[in-house]
Amino acid sequence: MLAWTIYLSFAGALAEALLPKGKPALARGFALAVAVAGLVIAVLGFAAGTGHGRMVVADLPWVPAMGIRYTLAADGISLVLVLLTGLAAVAGVLFSWNIDLRTNEFFAFYLALIGGVYGVFLSFDLFLLFVFYEIAIVPKYFLIAIWGSTRREYAAMKLALYSFVGSAMVLIGLLASYALSGSHSTGLVDLAHANFPVSFQMWAFPLVFVGFGILAGLWPFHTWAPTGHVAAPTAASMLLAGVVMKLGAYGCLRVAMTLYPHGMDPWGFTLVGIGSWRDVFAVLAVIGIVYGALVALVQSDFKFVIGYSSVSHMGFVLLGLMTLNQIGVTGAVLQMFSHGVIAGLLFAIVGRIVYERTHTRQLAHLETMHLSKRLPFAAWAFVLAGVASMGLPGFSGFVAELQVLVGSWKANPWWTASAGVGIVLGVAYTWRALQKAFFSDGHPDPHLHEPGHELAAITWPEVTGVVMLMAASLFVGLYPRILLDAIEPAVKALLAGGVQ
Amino acid sequence: MNYADLFRITLPETVLEITALLVLIVDLGLLRKAELKVRLATAAVLGVLGCIVAQATLLLSPAGGLTYPGSSDVVLTATGSAAVAQTGILGLTVLTLFLLVSSKFTRNVGEFVAVTLMAATGGLLIAAAQDLLIIFVGLELLSLGLYILTAFAKRSGASAEAAMKYYLFGGMSAAFLLFGFSYLYGITGSTNLHQIMLGINLAKGAAAGPLLYLALVMIAAGLGFKVAAVPFHMWAPDAYEGAPAPAAAFIASVSKVASFALLISIGTAALHAFDSVHGGVTAGAHLQGANGPHILGFGSAWSKLLMVLATVSMVVGNLAALAQRSVRRLVAYSAIAHAGYMLLGLAFFSYSDRSAQGILYYILTYGLTTVGAFGVISVVESATGSDKLDAFLGLSKRNPPLAAVLLVLFLSLAGIPPLVGFWAKFNLFAAVLGVSSSGAALGLVALAVGLSAVSLYYYLQVLKRAYVMPAVDETPVTAHPVTMLVLMVIAVGVILLGCFPTLLQNWMANFYVTM
Repeated sequence: MLAWTIYLSFAGALAEALLPKGKPALARGFALAVAVAGLVIAVLGFAAGTGHGRMVVADLPWVPAMGIRYTLAADGISLVLVLLTGLAAVAGVLFSWNIDLRTNEFFAFYLALIGGVYGVFLSFDLFLLFVFYEIAIVPKYFLIAIWGSTRREYAAMKLALYSFVGSAMVLIGLLASYALSGSHSTGLVDLAHANFPVSFQMWAFPLVFVGFGILAGLWPFHTWAPTGHVAAPTAASMLLAGVVMKLGAYGCLRVAMTLYPHGMDPWGFTLVGIGSWRDVFAVLAVIGIVYGALVALVQSDFKFVIGYSSVSHMGFVLLGLMTLNQIGVTGAVLQMFSHGVIAGLLFAIVGRIVYERTHTRQLAHLETMHLSKRLPFAAWAFVLAGVASMGLPGFSGFVAELQVLVGSWKANPWWTASAGVGIVLGVAYTWRALQKAFFSDGHPDPHLHEPGHELAAITWPEVTGVVMLMAASLFVGLYPRILLDAIEPAVKALLAGGVQ
Repeated sequence: MNYADLFRITLPETVLEITALLVLIVDLGLLRKAELKVRLATAAVLGVLGCIVAQATLLLSPAGGLTYPGSSDVVLTATGSAAVAQTGILGLTVLTLFLLVSSKFTRNVGEFVAVTLMAATGGLLIAAAQDLLIIFVGLELLSLGLYILTAFAKRSGASAEAAMKYYLFGGMSAAFLLFGFSYLYGITGSTNLHQIMLGINLAKGAAAGPLLYLALVMIAAGLGFKVAAVPFHMWAPDAYEGAPAPAAAFIASVSKVASFALLISIGTAALHAFDSVHGGVTAGAHLQGANGPHILGFGSAWSKLLMVLATVSMVVGNLAALAQRSVRRLVAYSAIAHAGYMLLGLAFFSYSDRSAQGILYYILTYGLTTVGAFGVISVVESATGSDKLDAFLGLSKRNPPLAAVLLVLFLSLAGIPPLVGFWAKFNLFAAVLGVSSSGAALGLVALAVGLSAVSLYYYLQVLKRAYVMPAVDETPVTAHPVTMLVLMVIAVGVILLGCFPTLLQNWMANFYVTM
């Protein structure tokens, strides 16, 4: 059943391209229907699949001569991320309700991207996973380059090239592993049991991890992320931060860590406390957390604040993965979900609700606008989203980041201590943005009471989208078991020695 | 020699030649007063029919091929790679003939079709030939046709210049090739590929002297010119830019298929000879570092030469393409890069059919894609009068289906799944790594994969203009319905073959079963 998330999205993309032009209402209604259908399937699949280990959804020979199979399956980790994709897809359509330029094409690219993302999360054949991973790259380029803003062509090309270089690294790893395992199969399960020599894993692991890590915003390969997020149209930045960065993190976990577990073994010597690739990437993750937060603290563009906060929050995911213990990796997966929802919400508020009305994202300009009075809905939504992003109890971010920190304490207390700085900084930059953008009453607003300068009213798609994402974060924050029941067994199996 | 066999095995070539003459008779004799449109359609249809009949006669070829009198050595083969390549050549010729339908560069359409068919005959011969003399004759037949086709736009200076450059380079490289062939004959006393390889292998160290290396370098230069490998590539950008679109498409597809089929014949012959001398060699064990067995003489030196050509071609082709402003030149440099990937496959050639199939898969699908690309370029060119990048501005508005075709084809060339270009690359590189897990193989594959990431940049430069940047001129670009139909078919083929790679793979494998 879950496979239909993929097919529906691609069929939807094709249909969007063929729908009559000049009817934006039809195009967006159709896109919403497709996205909702995807979400419904994801929810049903989640409900049916939790606690059942790895469920094979489809398993057909694709290229029998080379042992490539069309294997779609889902374990707890996949289920959670498919659910996230469903939520982000629906929210993205809702926040693109005002796209009038080439609407059909916009939703065609949008749904193609979604289809690729679903595909990656459900693939259990490395070749197939790679195919879906690459399918997701091209629509991103066009979404940003055509419908974006600030330096969109530069940002889109940068993103496309970073992604493609990353996937080239993954492809090299895939080809080498395939050849080394005897060219029998590209199935993840088969490759995980191929017992690659440690010397091979030692170079394949960093290669593939960095290849996927580029898309996860791994410092110092993160620079595509802020420019890409800022240039992208709202829905695309929601998807970029919400699910595309998760593709990278998911690849790190599902491919790099599963196929090459010995790549994280100690080298046998240490250099300034770093004695393995695991240490290297954990330190890079911590640097990403602190660096992203520090840079977010001094941004003058509202969207850049959120862009860099994404780098910081994704650092927690990568740190969680490198703890290699049950609680840390579970936290990392939960953080993927949590950040996907919260970052989507923040980008929606900044990019759609505020920017489309004020036509500026400069905090210095927003300061003079008294937005808390003129857009109370946006202000309070941002307060809640900001609180969730800071990691206050009650929201999903808290549960996730706490688990990551506990896990990393077990692995190396220094990591936790440094990452903790990132949390404090997270409060600071969120607070600063919140205060400057919405609650600066110190400046007189010349336009406040003039007729004709009212900001457009909040529309129903915006309210629905905000409520939906907020509810998801709150629900998971209050009742994390619902996701943890799915994630924990899958992580346990994964850490115990590859896929079941 | 059996004359019945000779007749049967050269039947496709004969059919093409007869069709060429028939086209000339009909065009110059019967339709002298007719409108250009009618003559064009007649010539193209006759040409296509000829190809189809030739295709049918391929099936009549004797399974064992044609042997020398009183010997079991083969002159012309009819199975395996040869049969696949011949079918590909005929299919791609049909597609280029369809592209001719909307062309306006010449009034002498009959001659154009006739020369195309004759050049294709040369291609068929090369693909099947196992004898140096026939190889050389086939190559010259193909090349002479290509020079004429390049020069066919008589009123265009660029066309004449391109043809002149192509001809001078071509003549020179043919001389090199012949020189190399003569040394091979001198060393081994035979013109048959199999006998030559046997001779080299039996003589072992003695034959692997400087003379052999000289011969190999000469041959590499001659064939490097045909496949436009760096440093013998100078003619390609000019020829691609100056030649009329159908001619350029023909050069980029059919001629490449034939040349790579020849390289495959050489590789196969080398490995089979090695096998029959040393016996029981496992698939592609010849390059497994110091521990594995080495092919003495021919194999290793040849592999090293091809490795060098492949590396330089990939690097130069991809980097030079970045700087191009003309889409035709961009395609030309990208063709050089693609030739580099395939040469990599030839440098690490496997005893099993895996490498041969991988390379043929690549070249056939690449040919298909390139013919389509030239089709799109020719439509844009005839509407805007230019093939510069900026001529593609706003194509998605000016002709949405054409822009969609361009999107599919260029993304396929860049190697984006699920399009066929990605599968071809994966298949080829997997074959390379299946042959050798040495550092050299892995390093070169990594280089190739990395450079294909670079290639996305220049393909996106074209797509960016078609889809992203605003149009300067919004008048619709119209394409001839036949052209559009052919382009659609090609685009759908690229998608389908990419999603279901087994279609083409199984079809190709059929030809190898009987061996």
